[in-house]
Amino acid sequence: MKFAHDRRRLPMSLRGIAALFIAACVMASAAIAADPNAFNRLMPNQSKRNPPPAEDGIHDPVNDGTLMLQPPKEAFGVLPKSASGNYVDWVKALNSGKIAPRYDRLDPKVEPIVMDLDIVREVKGSMPDVVYPHKQHTEWLDCSNCHPAIFIPQKGANQISMAAILLGEKCGVCHGKVAFPVSQCIRCHSRPKTAPKAAEGGVQPAANAQSKSPKGVNAGK
Amino acid sequence: MKKKMKLHRLVDRTDLKLLVWMTFALVSGAFVTVDVTRAEYGDVVINNYSDDVGMRPVIFPHWFHRVRFRCKVCHADLGFQLKAGGNDINMVKIIEGQYCGACHNGEIAWSVEHCNLCHSATPGTPTQVHESTLQKLVAPSDARKASGK
Repeated sequence: MKFAHDRRRLPMSLRGIAALFIAACVMASAAIAADPNAFNRLMPNQSKRNPPPAEDGIHDPVNDGTLMLQPPKEAFGVLPKSASGNYVDWVKALNSGKIAPRYDRLDPKVEPIVMDLDIVREVKGSMPDVVYPHKQHTEWLDCSNCHPAIFIPQKGANQISMAAILLGEKCGVCHGKVAFPVSQCIRCHSRPKTAPKAAEGGVQPAANAQSKSPKGVNAGK
Repeated sequence: MKKKMKLHRLVDRTDLKLLVWMTFALVSGAFVTVDVTRAEYGDVVINNYSDDVGMRPVIFPHWFHRVRFRCKVCHADLGFQLKAGGNDINMVKIIEGQYCGACHNGEIAWSVEHCNLCHSATPGTPTQVHESTLQKLVAPSDARKASGK
């Protein structure tokens, strides 16, 4: 009986290895836990932002070309900061002249065709309404990038939801991939909702939006 | 009584304790040593053909290019679709001056002989937009796999 019981135990050598393994793991945890403020509430550690290519996890560190690539921090140093994405405010960087990206592949002098038209979309939920500025978008993009494939250029023709955006459709074709991420809610949801009594008074959303806008605003639905 | 005895004999108590400790150690270790990749937001990995032919996949850094060119240059003039992996790019087209080859021709930017500057991803990294909302929300495990961890 006693013999059978003992046979079910792990061999001594394996037990030794297991004990060592436990000790190593616990020591590694303890070493990092020694700093009471080490736990960063799941936020990325600031010092680890914009790492050089060899340390970013997707570039192959043993590839000689990887080491020749420009580290992002080297370029971002002078650019206006932002809270997420590349941690660079690209719109400010462009407007302030900190960067001067070409609008034409070959000719650095070609000026962009900018359209200054805000579209207000009154959202169903409690979030502030969305103001879509054509100006900032046409600084970077051509009309054909969005119209008509992503957005039909017609009032009321586009069904947009945060769910679609999060799945990479509509605004999410760029926002959440390369343009500022969707976590920066108020950059789009930027116009406080109008007072409830205005809605009760039966004011048409379009007329309402136009009256509030400093420059010809259309209400998109 | 006999059944109870069997159960008791199935796993020795000392071993059970050891097993519990090992699980604890592994779990705590996983939490502490987890190392998420943190490549630049908007970095696109293109692995349509690379892995199959034994080349490292391509990493396209959006940040580097948008410092120099507006989105319109590539996405309107050169015809790049707004989707990672959505462009059927190959080296023949690039050498002919299409896609990347419109600039990577030795005049505007480095030419195709500098293979490893573009083909610089860890082998096996799948096509993706790094740090994208979709990657974070829908497929976090795929994202970790994507990073080669």
